Amino acid sequence: MSQTSSISAPRALSARTPAIARRKSNRVRGTWPVLVLFLPPALLLFTVFVILPMGEAAWYSFYNWNGYGLPTQWIGTKNYELIFNNGAFRQALINNGLIILVSIVIQIPLALWIATMVTHRIKGAVMFRLLFFLPYVLADVAAGMIWRFVYDGQFGLVAGIFNAMGMSAPFWLADRQVAFYAVLGVIVWKYFGFHMMLFVAGLQSIDKSVLEAADIDGATGWQKFYRVTLPMLGSTVRLSVFFAVIGSLQLFDMIMPLTGGGPSNATQTLVTFLYSFGVMRMQVGFGSAVGVVLFVICVVLAFSYKRIFMKND
Amino acid sequence: MTETTAPIDAATASSGGRSERLPTKIYLYTSLTILAAIIIIPLVTTALGGFKTLGELRGNPFGLPSDWQWENYGGILFSQRYWLQMGNSLLIAGLTVFLTLAFSAMAAFAFAHVKFFGSGFLLNYFLIGLMFPAATAILPLFIRIRDLGLLDTYWGVVLPQVAFGLGMSILLFRNFFRNLPSELFDAAFVDGAGYIRFFWSITLPLSRPIIATVGIISFVGSWNSYILPLIMLNSESKYPWPLGIMVYRGEFSTDWQLILAFITLTILPTVIVFFAAQKHIIAGLTAGAVK
Repeated sequence: MSQTSSISAPRALSARTPAIARRKSNRVRGTWPVLVLFLPPALLLFTVFVILPMGEAAWYSFYNWNGYGLPTQWIGTKNYELIFNNGAFRQALINNGLIILVSIVIQIPLALWIATMVTHRIKGAVMFRLLFFLPYVLADVAAGMIWRFVYDGQFGLVAGIFNAMGMSAPFWLADRQVAFYAVLGVIVWKYFGFHMMLFVAGLQSIDKSVLEAADIDGATGWQKFYRVTLPMLGSTVRLSVFFAVIGSLQLFDMIMPLTGGGPSNATQTLVTFLYSFGVMRMQVGFGSAVGVVLFVICVVLAFSYKRIFMKND
Repeated sequence: MTETTAPIDAATASSGGRSERLPTKIYLYTSLTILAAIIIIPLVTTALGGFKTLGELRGNPFGLPSDWQWENYGGILFSQRYWLQMGNSLLIAGLTVFLTLAFSAMAAFAFAHVKFFGSGFLLNYFLIGLMFPAATAILPLFIRIRDLGLLDTYWGVVLPQVAFGLGMSILLFRNFFRNLPSELFDAAFVDGAGYIRFFWSITLPLSRPIIATVGIISFVGSWNSYILPLIMLNSESKYPWPLGIMVYRGEFSTDWQLILAFITLTILPTVIVFFAAQKHIIAGLTAGAVK
């Protein structure tokens, strides 16, 4: 795939110089302007706003600092001890774990099931696909807001259903025991369409003749799915799980309009925890330490997942 | 990252195979209709709720409004805040898209076509950005923006957004550039074109599909983004719509009919654009997964 051959394309002027020298001089003369003009903007922006802040987060995390002046009060690993002894943080960890679990156990199988349905040759299949993808395109904040209305105990749809059955309406988002399950429902509603689309692409790329061969051999629908389709979707499933895991670690926008992390921290995620305990209180050291923990979780999960499951993809 | 699959094309129905038998059809349509209802009912009741009075919302959250309250929507449409927020979002997203495209296309061109020492290392450096969300470094980022004097400016939101989008954008552009036929290069270099002329007059005109893809990813990301503006902006006159919606809810906390109208109007542009350009949007938003 490399383009070296084109770089050393012969030029009429330098036809007399030996091939190697010509190649070299051409490359140097042509190369520097493009490198000096094309790389620095991206490099500068990326270094200043991505790499340096990450490094600084590691540095600040050893200080007790409110963000003004320079960090001077070195407290060693105190911030990290505080984090791991914080009940809300442990709740956030559990919640992020639950999101990953629900994504893998409920959302992805659901998305796969729906993908198998919308790839049948029926009228309206394309319309259904679009409709199922729509929540994914909406902003998390808007989706959260809509579902806050749905769950509202006075004016919402859930209240409407309960009232119609003659029961008093629950306030799910205000109930410590239930609130996070309500949030999980919204997550599945919002994101299954993305995974469905990945599976639709995977299913479309499966060679039809394999399935027809299974037909001839007398395989039932379920056997075809379990023995032929599913194994051939392996790489899509692994990719889908990867996106679900990485995405769940970033969840913030949707929680804020739904619950803001409450009631009494029952629906905190790692990022909402970082926001309410680090940013809101301007605890730069503590917040940075949370950021570092999140970073380590992301990197470790991404690397080990790719190592273990995506070796051949 | 696999490099092979074509963009996801949702608009094309599966070809081949026989048409379905009746029991299969019944099973498919029943399940799909139930699922579609779960997707669409919250959206439709939100839009309808904006036409109701608060009292009616309480008694009849599902049905059509008995008396259509057009002034809920009218009041918002004729207010300055709605258009200001939409304008802010558009401006921030526009700047983000433009800078992301310019910077990542240029860097990706260097990675794809120029052989230089440390090229592989530098590319991996950019790809680190794919692994963690902006939230992890949000506090140092806030301090950096503050020290640069960019707090409460559009640039304070745009620059970090561009920076965090670079990893994915460079990767997508580079893969596309590398797959352009190499004969183009040979021809151009024989004609004496330098890299920069080649980039400008040959690579870019051929790159419309990938420009659309990266543009859509970065536009949708910026249009929907919440945490960066939340932290970088202070004055309400600069708020993009996701922040505006939260402020609006804070102000009219129990007037759900107004909040619902406001939500509907803010997501309306997204819904319209999605159905108008669904093919490109789906291919764009899933490109990170298949490329």
